Amino acid sequence: MREVLMLALIYARVGVTTFGGGYAMLPMLSRELVEKRAWLTEAEFADMIVVGQCTPGIIGLNMATYAGYKRAGVPGGIAATLGLVLPSAVIISLIAALLQGFAEYAVVRHAFAGVRVAVCALIIKTIASLWRSAVKAPEAGAVFAVVFLLAVFTKLHPVVLALASAAFGICFTKLRARAK
Amino acid sequence: MIVLLATLFGEFFLVGLLSFGGGLATIPFLQNIAVRRAWFTLTELADMIAVAESTPGPIGINMASYAGFRAGGIPGVAAATLGIVTPSIIVILIIARALTKFRENELVSGAFSALRPASCALIAAVGVGLIRASLFTPAFDLKAAILLLVLIPATLKIKAHPLVFIAVAAAVGVVLKM
Repeated sequence: MREVLMLALIYARVGVTTFGGGYAMLPMLSRELVEKRAWLTEAEFADMIVVGQCTPGIIGLNMATYAGYKRAGVPGGIAATLGLVLPSAVIISLIAALLQGFAEYAVVRHAFAGVRVAVCALIIKTIASLWRSAVKAPEAGAVFAVVFLLAVFTKLHPVVLALASAAFGICFTKLRARAK
Repeated sequence: MIVLLATLFGEFFLVGLLSFGGGLATIPFLQNIAVRRAWFTLTELADMIAVAESTPGPIGINMASYAGFRAGGIPGVAAATLGIVTPSIIVILIIARALTKFRENELVSGAFSALRPASCALIAAVGVGLIRASLFTPAFDLKAAILLLVLIPATLKIKAHPLVFIAVAAAVGVVLKM
């Protein structure tokens, strides 16, 4: 029970401190779950992102449910997800009720131009640490290169790329097993 | 009121179920809702995106909260956010349970061995998009570029909470009028 509440609290904090989408959550989550508490290993953290990406639903929520379930079962999954949602709901209600044209204030615009740059730097840091756990074999490097190029230069949907990678991974494992 | 709340829940349940990816993946669905229902206009949708991006929290949730509030006040917020959350909870709980069971399965571990680098690459592609959006939109921004060049080694070297870097960058943005 304590752990379930703890999960809700951690995710509420992540919700308040995340600016800009599920991916911007990753640096905060890695800090809270991997570095500070060691609730997930780097590899499990990578799995959480994979599951969040290739299942229906918003990535941030999917990752919260997954990590919460891993730690404390079904109640943990629900607690983490609702914890993540609550601050957003409160803050947005306040803004929608009180501050019309919030996003047009000059101070808000300038501050967010800065925040966006910080989010870029933090994402790069996250990619670097994911790389260490995800890209160990040469074939993994090849998957990274191909998916990266396709994602940047084509309009292919990420889910398509994820499914194709999964199929490649299965075939590659099978073929290698047969070769032995 | 009950009908409105149930409809809000239902509409956002579908958004949650059908959108794969980050919160921005919900925009086409919200556009569709704006056209079909009198909850918010397309112009308000543009405002919603701006507000959702400049407030803390995942963008998708912020959008649902904002739309819910416009349509039905505080109860509307609850209905819309619970609607968008429920599919994630159901789908992921099923998948997480299955994955724990089949973790040792050769097919599952084979799939994950390629999904991990693919996932890392997808995030890197998002990173490229973010850098493009914050450094090159509308034109190349030298101040932002310098800030990024300072922040990258800082985040890699200094073990501070991410929020520290975000707060510093926000302050720099205000001072330099970025």
